[in-house]
Amino acid sequence: MTAYIIRRLFATLPVMAVVALFVFFLLRLAPGDPAAIIAGDDATTEAIEAVRMKLGLDRPLVEQFVVWVWALLQGDLGVSIFSNLPVTRLMAQRVEPTIALTLSTLVVAVSLAIPIGVVAAWKARKLVDRVVMGFAVLGFAMPVFVLAYVLIYFFAVQWQLLPVQGYQPMSAGLWPFVESLILPSVALGVTYMALIARITRASMLEVLQQDYIRTANAKGLATDRVLLLHALKNASVPIVTVIGIGIALLISGVVITETVFNIPGLGRLTVDAVLKRDYPIVQGLILVFAGVKVVVNLIIDISYAFLDPRIRY
Amino acid sequence: MIFRVMAGLAALALPFSAMAQEKVLKAVMHADVRVIDPIWTTQTIANIHGALVYDTLFGNDANQKPQPQMVGKYEISPDRMTYTFTLRDGLKFHDGSPVTTKDVIASLKRWGAKDGVGQRLMGFVTKLEPVDDKTFTMVLREPYGMVLESLGKSQSSIAAIMREKDAQTDPQQQVKESVGSGPYIFAKDQWVPGSKAVYLKNKDYVARTEAPSSFAGGKIPGVDRIELVWISDPQTAMSALVNGEIDFYEQPPNDFLPLLAKARGVKLMKTGTIDSTQGMIRLNHLHPPFNNVKARQAMYYLINQEDFLRAIVGDPKYYRVCPGLLTCGGPYENDGGTAFMKEYNPKKALQLLKEAGYNGEPITILAATDHNTITPATQVLIQAMREAGINVDVQSMDWGSVVSRRAKKEPPAQGGWNIFVTTSGGVGSSNPVLHTWIGAACDKGLFGWPCDPEVEKLRNAFGMASTEEERKKIAKELQTKAMETVVFLPFGQWDTPLAYRADRIDGIVPNTGLAVLWGITKK
Repeated sequence: MTAYIIRRLFATLPVMAVVALFVFFLLRLAPGDPAAIIAGDDATTEAIEAVRMKLGLDRPLVEQFVVWVWALLQGDLGVSIFSNLPVTRLMAQRVEPTIALTLSTLVVAVSLAIPIGVVAAWKARKLVDRVVMGFAVLGFAMPVFVLAYVLIYFFAVQWQLLPVQGYQPMSAGLWPFVESLILPSVALGVTYMALIARITRASMLEVLQQDYIRTANAKGLATDRVLLLHALKNASVPIVTVIGIGIALLISGVVITETVFNIPGLGRLTVDAVLKRDYPIVQGLILVFAGVKVVVNLIIDISYAFLDPRIRY
Repeated sequence: MIFRVMAGLAALALPFSAMAQEKVLKAVMHADVRVIDPIWTTQTIANIHGALVYDTLFGNDANQKPQPQMVGKYEISPDRMTYTFTLRDGLKFHDGSPVTTKDVIASLKRWGAKDGVGQRLMGFVTKLEPVDDKTFTMVLREPYGMVLESLGKSQSSIAAIMREKDAQTDPQQQVKESVGSGPYIFAKDQWVPGSKAVYLKNKDYVARTEAPSSFAGGKIPGVDRIELVWISDPQTAMSALVNGEIDFYEQPPNDFLPLLAKARGVKLMKTGTIDSTQGMIRLNHLHPPFNNVKARQAMYYLINQEDFLRAIVGDPKYYRVCPGLLTCGGPYENDGGTAFMKEYNPKKALQLLKEAGYNGEPITILAATDHNTITPATQVLIQAMREAGINVDVQSMDWGSVVSRRAKKEPPAQGGWNIFVTTSGGVGSSNPVLHTWIGAACDKGLFGWPCDPEVEKLRNAFGMASTEEERKKIAKELQTKAMETVVFLPFGQWDTPLAYRADRIDGIVPNTGLAVLWGITKK
């Protein structure tokens, strides 16, 4: 196992190199010029050119790439072209909201999805199954922003139970922190809940038809024990995979949810940086996201061995 | 055990009670603060930041007349060539150091090297030197009538006074620290670019005693803390205002105005006596067909300002048809050249274009897709051009790409362009010197590069005029000439009222084009 993990970690190096190469050159090839955005509406062509020179954007692309990679190898992701702040600081500011939203969304999604999926599989093709799966399909089909605005309208504007927007850090107190996450995690969680519930149902249906489940039922085991201990554990590999993919997606940013609820997460940082052509931020973030995806995939793969003893590395 | 729990709860509650006593203004502006140097960029949001943190020597009042701000007294020599300024007592930077003439001179030099209006002023300055720590002189090579107006301007790069060491930063590079002597202190450690910028009350600030008037008068820091919260989604920002989570919303979209007008506790307010925005269509004078003045003049037949304004604003209460290039309602509004603005007649436009040599070649329009006013205005123009039978090549892109591409001087087929639509601030557009888009300085001018020495001569003459009557006369001649050259096609002007919680805040100082947040108090 250890050898496998080390091998996989080494395999990430060429992946990251390719990501670095692509993100750097794709950004430069895309239309847009940060110097023009910085200089502003009333700046002349000469003023824009002067800003571009000072930022080093007039230098050959290969030279810019080498400078960036050299700094990267020393752990320096660079500074924002606009704010002059280190990219690492900007990312650090956004990590807490992103992780908080990811975890709260997963709590909402997983705690609802798995029971729903299990019940739907247990009562397959009956009314309960159709109702919960219909609910799941609705949740999956409804755009997040529609649900978000509906939640804001009722829970924040009409009934004034929760805030419309904003994120409160843990340091502001437990209730403000939780309060700021309820609506966004419900809006986002419903989509993930639907996805996980459908995978859980499909996976459970397959397992429930196995001989050992029939044997467990024949032995007279209680239904909950059969479902949760015998079936769910063996059906969990695809479920864990979907949850893992969800974690990676959530950490990479859920731009629409973050925008509607005004949560300063990594997703909004990415989109804002793309719109402003703040190259160092976009480059740094894409590299970090690539790294997160590689690590999450590795953790998922390792978890298979614990969930299914037949899997060996 | 119970006592321990109670003590813990009390400890948790303590920061909140302390915060509750602090008066915090939460404002949503039109953009987020990403740049902290108002000289390095001409972005309005950087100027709003600059106006909070830095002070200026003069400030233009609601009538666009310059009033002393950091300056206590000043003298102008009889030949109007030497200005002697003396700073007020008690001016201190946020780090505690006194403001001296060394700081002022270094700041003016940096501003004058970068800002268009500053460059024009510095073109007249031959000497800028200190007399002592509080007094300095500015000597001109010939009289220039816009010295004080330039120092007091509030649009695009205010003449911010920085510490000498900050002002020595290359003007093409951003200052690293934002330490001024203004009414609020920038809390850099609490700054989250793209989310929040925080300003703390400058308790040492000595405000002028005059009543605030636009960018002039007493800048009284009325709250302990200002948070400029960036909410990019207008729907969310509106809901947050209605819900009382924010106090001030600088530029609500026009679609939301009826809803906000009805919301309990919310009021709308016009930002000043002059409309905040002027719409402009810019033609590229370098390439066919618009390198021919007849082709440019043909475009006047495609402008029905009502069509544009209805698409952008909707409610006539907030817009005004204005056929001139200088803001209607401003001090230099006139009818010079407005005869060029014809009745909408697409057939006539095409006929004139053909007479100018246009043979159906594609005309490239840079069409922004993500701007709340420029996007609909561009669509109206495209529709009018198509109705005329003009071959329109619509290049749709985000505003960031428009801003980059419009700087390209290459022919349209090689990545250049023929037309783009933009806007200009109403206050700046009311004055021929501050209105950089009215200039026709060829290669040194703004995108589109209109070239007409007569226009530039008249702009200079306006700056050098000594009486108001003389200025008005020159403004009319200038507008006539600029409209004949077609420096841009105006499509009207409008005002975006700001929205605020009238049940929570008070004392907003109206200032067109640049929201000023001093003076606001929390109830």
